[in-house]
Amino acid sequence: MTGEHIIFLIVGAVTLLSALMVVTMRNLVHAALWLVATLFGVAIIYTLLNAGFLAVVQVVVYIGAIAILFIFAVMLTRRQAADTGVSVNKNWWAGALMAVLTFAGLAYLLQSWRGFSKTAAAIPSGFDAVNQLGEALTSPAGYVLPFEVASVLLLAALVGAVYLAFNKK
Amino acid sequence: MNFWNDPLKVAADWLMGIFTSWGMNDVAAHVLVAFLGVLLLITILMVIDIFLVWIERKVVSRFQDRIGPNRVGPFGLIQPFADIIKLMIKEDTTPDGADKVVYNIAPILSMMSVLILWAVVPLAPVMLGVDLNIGVLFIIAAGSIGTLSIIMAGWSSNNKFSVIGAFRCVAVMVSFEIPMLATLLIPTIFTGSMGMNAIIQGQNIWYVFLSPLAALIFLIAAIAELGRAPFDLAEGESELVSGYNIEYSGMKFGMFYAGELLHAFTFGGFWAIMFFGGYRFFGLEQISPFLAIAIILFKALVGYWIIMWVKYTVMRIRIDQMLAFNWKFLTPVAFVLVMVTALMNALLRDAGNWLYITGMILSNIIVAWASLEIVRLVSKKERERVEGLKQVVEAHH
Amino acid sequence: MIPLSWYLILAAGLFSIGLFGVLARRNAVAILLGVELMLNAVNINLVAFWRYGDVTQMAGQVFAIIVFAVAAAEVAVGLALVISVYRRRNTVVAEELDLLKW
Repeated sequence: MTGEHIIFLIVGAVTLLSALMVVTMRNLVHAALWLVATLFGVAIIYTLLNAGFLAVVQVVVYIGAIAILFIFAVMLTRRQAADTGVSVNKNWWAGALMAVLTFAGLAYLLQSWRGFSKTAAAIPSGFDAVNQLGEALTSPAGYVLPFEVASVLLLAALVGAVYLAFNKK
Repeated sequence: MNFWNDPLKVAADWLMGIFTSWGMNDVAAHVLVAFLGVLLLITILMVIDIFLVWIERKVVSRFQDRIGPNRVGPFGLIQPFADIIKLMIKEDTTPDGADKVVYNIAPILSMMSVLILWAVVPLAPVMLGVDLNIGVLFIIAAGSIGTLSIIMAGWSSNNKFSVIGAFRCVAVMVSFEIPMLATLLIPTIFTGSMGMNAIIQGQNIWYVFLSPLAALIFLIAAIAELGRAPFDLAEGESELVSGYNIEYSGMKFGMFYAGELLHAFTFGGFWAIMFFGGYRFFGLEQISPFLAIAIILFKALVGYWIIMWVKYTVMRIRIDQMLAFNWKFLTPVAFVLVMVTALMNALLRDAGNWLYITGMILSNIIVAWASLEIVRLVSKKERERVEGLKQVVEAHH
Repeated sequence: MIPLSWYLILAAGLFSIGLFGVLARRNAVAILLGVELMLNAVNINLVAFWRYGDVTQMAGQVFAIIVFAVAAAEVAVGLALVISVYRRRNTVVAEELDLLKW
């Protein structure tokens, strides 16, 4: 048990616990704030995986934009009654069963896979993940096409969101 | 290696020696030393913060033709301590119907989002928290936490004014993040790295001379991000009383206030790092790290002074004007500038120093001129339209 | 060193919790919150497989970045839809949006 293990266990527990809060909280602003905690946990998990760039992007994109957008949406679509009513539908037990079954199935599948408990090789010295990522995203031999498609998707989403939310008089 | 060349390392080694001689294991001693280092940095920052209150009050009073604090201590230097005592003994109120936990976390997050920025600020070549290779992005990430703290404060106060203030503030911060990130990419293009230390080391010529437009856009975006005049709509006293922090009293308000001042000072520092050579000043920083710290703090103070200068000179503008200014002017200009700079950098990289500098400055001037020309044309059309409407109305009468 | 299994189990747990949120919540915004949790679980898997495989192959990180873009697009359009629906029907409860059932 090294320090890394302890950090992982604490962060993992906090992440899962706050994720549970996200799906069970009645007050949706609280749910969104718990989502922020979950996202922070995931960012720390990225750091543990030596993906510091993704951790920072996670904070910028998810917490700085997506979580804030959620809080805005909750505030804009709130009725006073919405917080006091039942927060789950009447089939919630089926949903819970589905979730547990999914988890059990995934766990069963994974533990029967031979690479399940492998450990990572050390990062080669002089390896710069950010540099490599930039190369991979922009070189024609790498992923330049998916990257461009993603940017077109974002543009389409931008236009679509403006069109949908625009208050037509 | 003596104390004057690398004080942090000497001190850290000395402390490590002491802790390990007490029988602590290596990892624990390392964590403890790092923790003490963070504590030291935060303490120094908070002490600076106290005097920033004094500086701010002194400067604003000079701008407004007053003397400012002058009773407590020489030049009123002890005044901020009196302020703090006043804030401490004030009643700590929580409004009815407030969301207590969120309400109390918000000021802490606000302060934290500022302090965390200093983790990547290089105070001297050998003195910095972490030399992240993504330091530039880190600034934006910390800004997101600040945004979060504001919306938490505004929402949890259970007050209409504070919610409106928070909405405005978040809209402004989220949208002004974009030109800021775009202009931060320009030093990154020049250096080829996002690390703060690399950016400073790369500035044999200050980047402000290579890209003055980027420095200007960064300053404007930073002022908006800080929520200072002319962009202080989140606080807009005449319409929103005090904005998102309206319900806070005592030291909780003090946290927001101190956070805001330190934030302004920090962005002065970032401005200096990105465009004015950071701790570098004609090789003086080589003599001693202490001199380097003095240089960067001085530059940060100059940046802070400019931000104050703007704040106390310009009037507040309307929220729709402000967002239109960002989306229709600042963001397109910043994006065009990034593209032009990247292109020029690719073309002139091997062309020699003088050609490179001239090309960069010329491209900056052309972008600035073209964007101003477009604004002039658009506003001319708008004026003609309004003039036409006026004539129609008059004919109607 | 942490074995890969820990990350995979964490991601599976996060995914299942998100799935529960999607299936069981009534509020449309809350359903989108569940979708975000599921996307994050996928991202943990992608990054973990990058780290535990060949680190010079950046596919895992690239996919994670594309998932970020997709998540941002999904939230922008999804929440715009929710707000638009709220304006017309004055509700965001998914069960009450049943005009197409008849």
